[in-house]
Amino acid sequence: MAKAATRDGYGSGLVKVGSNKNVVVLDAGVSDSTRTNKFQEKYPERFFNMGISEQDMVGTAAGLAKCGKIVFATSFAEFLMGRTQDHQLVSVAYSESNVKLIATHTGLAVGEDGPTAQAQNDVGMARAMPTMIVVEPADAVEAEKVVEFLVSHKGPAYVRLGRPEVETIYDDSYAFELGQATKLMDGNAAAIIASGIMVQESLKAAEMLKQENTEVAVINMSSIKPIDKEAIRQAAQTGTIIACQDHNIYGGLGSAVAEVIAAESLNCRFGIVGIKDQFAESGSQEELFKKYGMDAEAIANAVRKAVSG
Amino acid sequence: MDIEALKAKAKQLRIDSLKLTNQAGSGHPGGSLSAADILTALYYRQMKYDASNPQWAERDRFILSKGHCTPLLYSVFADVGYFPKEELATYRKIGRLTGHPNPKLPGVEIATGSLGQGLSVGHGMALAARLDGKDYRVYVLLGDGELNEGSVWEAAMSAAHFKSDNLIAIVDNNKVAQDSITAELKGVEPLGRKFESFGWHAIRIDGHDMAAILNALEEAAKAKGKPTAIIADTIKGKGVSFMEGQPKWHGKAPDAEQLKKAIAEIENG
Ligand SMILES: Cc1ncc(C[n+]2csc(CCOP(=O)(O)OP(=O)(O)O)c2C)c(N)n1
Ligand SMILES: [Mg+2]
Repeated sequence: MAKAATRDGYGSGLVKVGSNKNVVVLDAGVSDSTRTNKFQEKYPERFFNMGISEQDMVGTAAGLAKCGKIVFATSFAEFLMGRTQDHQLVSVAYSESNVKLIATHTGLAVGEDGPTAQAQNDVGMARAMPTMIVVEPADAVEAEKVVEFLVSHKGPAYVRLGRPEVETIYDDSYAFELGQATKLMDGNAAAIIASGIMVQESLKAAEMLKQENTEVAVINMSSIKPIDKEAIRQAAQTGTIIACQDHNIYGGLGSAVAEVIAAESLNCRFGIVGIKDQFAESGSQEELFKKYGMDAEAIANAVRKAVSG
Repeated sequence: MDIEALKAKAKQLRIDSLKLTNQAGSGHPGGSLSAADILTALYYRQMKYDASNPQWAERDRFILSKGHCTPLLYSVFADVGYFPKEELATYRKIGRLTGHPNPKLPGVEIATGSLGQGLSVGHGMALAARLDGKDYRVYVLLGDGELNEGSVWEAAMSAAHFKSDNLIAIVDNNKVAQDSITAELKGVEPLGRKFESFGWHAIRIDGHDMAAILNALEEAAKAKGKPTAIIADTIKGKGVSFMEGQPKWHGKAPDAEQLKKAIAEIENG
């Protein structure tokens, strides 16, 4: 199967939508890593590298948006979300500016750069901002489709992308819909709800469990806000939901799923696989996922424990 | 409007600002009084806009980066017709006249209230004008205390880098922040040289001299290849003896008696 990072899908998606003259792309001095350089090559007049000034980039994006532009403002998640939270809240979210905050380099999957780059609370911050939608694509194809979707969606958005290459799951016939999950595997023993790179680990876990005659559903919840409540209701009917995220266990996809389970009193066991409210360290993605209990084996274990409990 | 009429207008706006804070029982009189002459020059002479068509694409943009000074901003907006004067009764109450501006209110381009964001937003608007081949200008009013925010200087670097000569920053240099005199809090001078070293054209004026303000705005409009910073030396609480230069009048409303005294002073000033 082909491999590509979701950030690569972002770069190619930008090139695709660039024919729309209102699309403007900003970066904060990391355009080679975020892949906005692909857009820059094609549409240099509508690309602004704002320098290593993330707060300024977010504000500038809001100003451009208020003059009719569809603005993609891009950096690593930690620097985009962590550094500029207040600017997002006032100039983007509260002002309902048509700004797409696009963050690459998220979670332990960042790997060797260590905790200052392994953004783990970005979804929590983004989710708690009124007017902001939150999307985390699972592969490069979905990332590209999300970019196309964002051009037609008027309003603030946060998109969470990843650094490593991942298996391509979708083909070009896939259509991203906000608030719509997709079921990638069927099964009645349990349901895994995942986003981003954890979709990949979940698929591997489901294959492992299949060998043991445990058939679990795997659901890609790329639309974290608004979330697909119907998909969660259906998942609950298996009796077990395991939510998987490369994010702190507080505030991420798992919390969003738990909110629905609690609000609707859904009757199911529930667990979260994610970063256990701690800072990790440097290492390869594989090593980190293994050590911090986030690889396919850990997901499979979470399912085993839940269904036997 | 001629200079005499502008001066009279500024007096009226000062009085309106104080009435608003008194009526609401809270709000920010000091920085409203210091900026009254500047906003008068902008809204009654310099800027092109159409209050009956707030989204007119060719309009000059104004951003109140020091977003707490809504007593003045809303007094102007009601007077030029962005919304009915009667609505001022809802200032700081349920409705759209929030303590700090939000774009649901006609005339407000962007929400402000967290200091240090407006210059970046203004620069984004200036870049949009360039992309669209439009000749509007963007005016951003900042406080001197606000200049403590590092993000202001990020924006200053950007605007010079992109040679955005359609961007004009005006500093209401009233020497007072919230709890302190700015020089004692964290000094921001020398402002002209700071902006110049960041690649801006800087003009320093008496921010209560109407002719000087108008001249500076004219000069800024002619700038080529550089953004302009107008450092307007002002007095916080200008026109009211017991408020002038006093941090305690940054965010406190006058009571009925103080209001009466203040209005009398402004009228006779
Ligand atoms: C980011 C941020 N920090 C703190 C405040 C609280 N605050 C509101 S006004 C103010 C003082 C501002 O002083 P200055 O910029 O000089 O404004 P002016 O004197 O014109 O009122 C402060 C600290 C704020 N609104 N935003
Ligand atoms: Mg001040």
